[in-house]
Formats: sequence, structure tokens, C-alpha cells
Amino acid sequence: MTIEAPTRTTPAEAPLSPPSSLYAKRIKVYPARVNGRFRAAKWAFLILALAAYYITPWIRWPRPGDAPDQFLLVDLAGRRFYLGPIVIWQDELYFVTGLLILAAVSLFLVTSLFGRVWCGYACPQTVWTDLYLWVERRIEGDRNARLRLDQGPRNAAYWTRKIAKHTVWLVIAAATGGAFVLYVGDAPTTLRAIVTGEAGSWTYAFFGILTFTTYALAGWAREQVCTYMCPWPRFQAAMLDEHSLVVSYRAWRGEPRGKHKQGETWEGRGDCVDCRQCVNVCPTGIDIRDGQQLECIGCGLCIDACNQIMDRVGRPRGLIALDTLTNLQRAEAVASAVPPGPARVERVAAARAEWRVIRPRTLIYTTVLVAVALVMLVAFVLRSTTELAVLRDRAPLYVVLSDGTIRNSFTLKVWNKGYDEPSYHLRLEGLPGVTIAVVGAPDERPLIATRADGVTTHRVHVTAAPGARLAESTPVTFVLQDEAGRAVVSTASVFLAPKR
Amino acid sequence: MPTKIEKDSLTGKTTTGHEWDGIKELNTPLPRWWLYIFYATIAWSAVWALLYPSFPGFSGHFRGLTGWTQRAAIVEQMTVARAEQAPFLDRIRGASLDEIRHSSELLAYAIAGGRVAFADNCAGCHGSGGQGATGGFPALVDDEWIWGGSLEDIHFTIVHGIRNAQSVEARISQMPVYGGILSRGQINDVAEFVLSLSNRATDQAAARRGEEVYAENCVSCHGERGEGVRAVGGPALNDAIWLYGGTKAEIVAQITNPRMGVMPAWGSRLDAATIKMLAVYVHTLGGGE
Ligand code: SF4
Ligand code: SF4
Repeated sequence: MTIEAPTRTTPAEAPLSPPSSLYAKRIKVYPARVNGRFRAAKWAFLILALAAYYITPWIRWPRPGDAPDQFLLVDLAGRRFYLGPIVIWQDELYFVTGLLILAAVSLFLVTSLFGRVWCGYACPQTVWTDLYLWVERRIEGDRNARLRLDQGPRNAAYWTRKIAKHTVWLVIAAATGGAFVLYVGDAPTTLRAIVTGEAGSWTYAFFGILTFTTYALAGWAREQVCTYMCPWPRFQAAMLDEHSLVVSYRAWRGEPRGKHKQGETWEGRGDCVDCRQCVNVCPTGIDIRDGQQLECIGCGLCIDACNQIMDRVGRPRGLIALDTLTNLQRAEAVASAVPPGPARVERVAAARAEWRVIRPRTLIYTTVLVAVALVMLVAFVLRSTTELAVLRDRAPLYVVLSDGTIRNSFTLKVWNKGYDEPSYHLRLEGLPGVTIAVVGAPDERPLIATRADGVTTHRVHVTAAPGARLAESTPVTFVLQDEAGRAVVSTASVFLAPKR
Repeated sequence: MPTKIEKDSLTGKTTTGHEWDGIKELNTPLPRWWLYIFYATIAWSAVWALLYPSFPGFSGHFRGLTGWTQRAAIVEQMTVARAEQAPFLDRIRGASLDEIRHSSELLAYAIAGGRVAFADNCAGCHGSGGQGATGGFPALVDDEWIWGGSLEDIHFTIVHGIRNAQSVEARISQMPVYGGILSRGQINDVAEFVLSLSNRATDQAAARRGEEVYAENCVSCHGERGEGVRAVGGPALNDAIWLYGGTKAEIVAQITNPRMGVMPAWGSRLDAATIKMLAVYVHTLGGGE
């Protein structure tokens, strides 16, 4: 990459002294209010996300049996995951794993296309920090007012505002913690229990932890989480390439920057008027004009801020914009032949390249995404509501009866994920002439009883025909069949006999 | 500390002075609050060490200000678990063995409880799955029962045991030491006869001679055709199951100088509900009659 390093805001002549401390003091960020397209999109997403988060546990869904009538429920005690008509048992947790894989690959795909939109718009840390910033702005005022308040005297007005702000923050945090525990139990019951003081200690513990973490992370830590704690910025560079859209300052257009008086010519200078609006609105407190940085969460607020300035000074929008590195490089090449000024901007605009959406990386991500989704869909559609697991006895592997006949014993577990209680006939394939006895069932008919929405365990003794010449190991299949003789589910095992 | 302070031309930041393959490390200090969190965790560990058992001393360890111990915690958990089990155990205590066997709920509970009790108390002799061991530890999974394999028989055997001095009702059978009663030849003959009961004799003449010896000495305990006599605990000799081994040498050894196993009376060691669960569990192992 040959993009020439933009002029630094850090003075190049800073004295060369060893750093005085191994640890850096935190520089507080005071993001200013901004309006514009990206801000509007952020509000829209914030409202959508929070609404979904707070409302979902209250959606009801009638369910037979003991399970609460909740649409989305993570039943930790019952080891079930309920989503509307879908019930995922603990042994089907791979569906949840599949969802996580889908989420991860979607994140890769979206990042390779649009840069860090997850960070800027969808990440809970961003969403709650944004909400908290809004509260802060309502109570303490915008950037300048907040700066003044923090630097001013600690008087009554100061404390009133601070206390008001933290109170509102804590209320939001408590609502957040509360809303989260609503997902693991019946929401109305849980809420009533929390309010009346009857909830269990775990509920209160999680309620407290989530309240505290929300308050601490969204209120105090903010951009520090993105910069120092979050692993995603560390490896998201692997998802980005030169065709990904990233928030970028077009140095070829902005430089040389400087103050600009109304009526002055734009010839021979860049469009950046060095108003620092882009820096003031940035929630992570960085200067995008320094180039791509780890701290940038790709929220686009600097774009909104700069566009407003460009409108005001009468230059075209897009000095800061979503662009690809390829395009920036190409612009740089075109621009090097033209002196700074409006003519350069026009020449470059004419030479703009198409944004490449389809490229090996996005194709691979899409293929993986579709493949995983299809596998999950097929697995889900084909999954049976009855499952049979066969555990053979290990001590002893086989029993020699008094007449020399061989018997093997098995433990059968039958999962019935439905709400009726069918009984099945047990049949054994692969070994003719065997006798099957199910402990607890009438001897004539080896019936396997099931329990609605539950697992039953059955002990089964399989006795070979007297005098049968048995191999050391014979593959057999246990089959559960319904009244009509249809096989419902089957599982393979082996029948063992002594060496002859 | 950095050895050679340099400024990176691209970022304007100082470097740490470290260089690997031409790549220099920027000096980006960790934020101070991270350091404070580290201190906070140290402080937290100190509080923890004061509250809970921690430091070793010359006469025991520091017990912690809360007085919490793992043992007390486990005792508490066990109390809770027992309280939860109590209603079930009461029902099992009150129910007859047959009632337990025919209630699927109680049966499942008894099998689960019996399995644990079996592993704790019985597996040492009878094997983890009731498979027994040669040398006098009968298998509980097969269909030969020396003292009977009904629920009641099994229950009685567990309560009183076999050949012990703890219970006056212990099941007792005694096989005489025939080494001092019969001659070597007679013992050989009777062993051949015993083998002939399961069609394994190799010396038919000896087996015929042995039939007479058997009729005089063995019939009362092992039955006319070696089918066993449960009332006195005489094992069957006409089948494929052998307590002390079924080779001729093993049979001769057993006749000459018999071994006889001992089982404790569990009635004085385990509570009634546990014994019932054990009986039911053993019965479901496969051999129950
Ligand atoms: S907002 Fe635009 S004009 Fe103002 S300093 Fe930033 S880049 Fe320059
Ligand atoms: S530099 Fe711009 S896009 Fe990046 S975090 Fe700051 S405001 Fe958002």
C-alpha cells in the first residue's frame, strides 16, 4: 500500500524522552451530538434492538405440560431451549452451536463487505453506551457543557446533575439485568418474585451482576471496552481486505488542511477546514484523519459531522466516507497528477471504481453460510421426536445361563419429545430366535412405555435361542415400532457371546 | 525499560526499543485502570483468604472468619438431598417388594438407589455389574440361585447373609471335607459322575462307579440328578454354572477340601429401604425369578 501518510495531529517534534510511566492515564472522551444519515440509522437500530430485547420475554406462546407459556425461554433447570414451536433439548445443543456458527460467519461476511458495522451499530456495548450517552447529554448537556461541568466547581448544580445521571443509568442497568433473567424463567413470575423479594439467590445474583456490568461498562468503561478488552478489533483485520468499505478520510482531498474564510478560493488547498468536528463526535475519541485505526468502530458519526461542515462551506460531501482501500489508492494515483483544489476532486470523482461485492472472500463466506444453514435446516426437518439410545452392560459382557444359553442385557433410554405418551413394541433385528424381556413390563409383550416430554429408562434382557451357535459379536438393531408395525426409531448395537 | 528510545516516523509514537526482524514495537502503555483492576483482584484475594480457610500453620490451618468448611458444606448438601429423598424412601419402606416391582415410579427409583448401594457394598464381591467372580463369588445376573432368586429370597439373603455369626438366621450350609472321608479313587469317581451330569465325563466307567458314592454322600444336598437343593443351599451341579470352577481338577479340589463363601448380614448395617432397593435392583439384573 502506498497511500502516503496523512499529516499527523501528533506534533512531529515531540521530545524524545522515555515514557515517564508504564501505564497511561485515561483521557476522557466527550462525544458531541451529531445529526445525519448514519446517526439516524444508529437510532433506528438502537430502538429496534432494545425493543426486541425488552419485549421478547413477554411474548406468550401456549405450551402443553409444565413448561411456561413463553415464546423464547432458556430453561436451565429443565435443560430445554424453547423458541416458539421449536423445542431444543440438551442433546440437540448442536442446533444452538449451528446458530452461533451462522452468527460468526455472518459477522465475517458483513465485516468483509461493510467494515465494522457490527461494532458501530449492533454490538450491545455500543447500543447501551449510545443510550447512556443520550441520557448524559439530556442531563449534563452537549460536549462543551459537559467539559465545563467537569472542569468547573463542585457545586450543588454539579452534584445534582451527576446524581441524576447516575440514578437514571442505574435504573436502565437494573432494567437490563432484570430483562436478562426474564429469559431463563417465566417472565411474569420472575418479575413478580424479584419485586416481592421471593426470587432465588441465583436470580438476584445474576440480576445484580448484570446490573453492575451494564452500569460499569456502558457508563464508565465505554470506548475502553472496545479498545482494550474486546478481542474482535484484534482479529477483524483478517476479515477486511482492500475491497471492504471502511470509514476513511480522503487525505488526497482534505490535505493540505487549514482554516478557511468565506469567499476565499479553494484552489491549491484541501477541503478539510480543520474544524475538528469529526474528532469531537467520535465516540472512541480518535482522529480519523490519522488513517485506519484499531479504535475506530466504524459508526460513521464522523461522516455525518464532516458532511454537515462540507454543506456549510459549500464543498461536496464525502470528505470522510465509506470507501475501499482500492478506491483510495486509485484516487491517490489520479490526484498526484493534479494540484490540490476543486479540480482534483472532480478528476478523482470521474475516475471512481465500482465497489466489488463479489470476490473470493465473500463467496466463500456466503457458501459456508448457506451450507451451514442448509445442514441445520435438513437436520431440523428430519429430526425425530423419538430417540433411542442403547447402552449395553459391560460387566458382564454376556451371561451364561444354566443351560448354556447366552444372554445380554441392555439399558434403553427413550427420549419422547412430543406431548403424547405412545407405547412401542420392541423388536430385535439381526439375531433370530431371541427372547426379549423388558423389566417391569408384562412378559408376553415387551412394551416400551414413554413419558410425555421426557426420558424413560428400560432394562432389557435379550436371550439367544438355546443351542444357538453364536459368533463372538453379532450386530443387532433395536427397533421401536408402533401399533401399526411401523418402525419409529432404531439403534444399532451388538450381541456378544464367549469365544468358541 | 526501553534500551534505545526511538520515534516511529509513521505514528509519531516512541518505540520500546525492541526490534524483531526489522519490526519495532510501539510503546503503547496499558491504561492505568487496568492496573487498578489488577490491584483490586489482589485485594479481593486477601479478603477471600481472610474469610475462608487458607493459610497453613504449625498446629492446623487458619480457619477463616466465616467458619466455612467443605465438610460442613457437603453435610448440608447431603441433608438437603436426604430430605428430598425422604418421601420416596418412606414409600419404599412402606411398600411390599412386589408393589415396588409393579409401580414403574418406585421401580425406577429403587433401581437407581439400588445401583448406588450395590456399588458401595456389594460390588467388591459380586462385581460392578453383578457378574460375580470365580472362587466363590456367585454371579447375580444368571439364572442359578443357590438360595432362591425370588424377590423375597434375595431380600432374606441380603438381610441375614450367609454363614456369618452376625445373624442367627443366616443361611448356613456346610459341605463336609471329603478328603478325610472318601479315598482318592472315590473322589475321582464322584468327580467324573458330577461331570457326567452335564455330559462332560471322559471316563464312563469311573462315572458309573461314582454314581454310588454320590448317592451315598451327595444326594441330600445336591439332589438326585445334581439339580441342587435350595432349602439347604446345595448348588446345582448339572448346569453350565460353577461357583468354584467346573474343570475336573477344580471339582476334585472342592470335594477334597471344600471352600464355602461367607456373606455378611446387611440387615444390621443398612436401613430397611436400602435393602429393599438392593433386592429389587439385584432382581432386575437378569436372574430374578
Ligand atoms: S470534520 Fe471534516 S473538515 Fe472538519 S476537521 Fe474533520 S475532516 Fe476536516
Ligand atoms: S473515527 Fe468515525 S467511524 Fe470511527 S469511531 Fe470515530 S466517529 Fe466512528
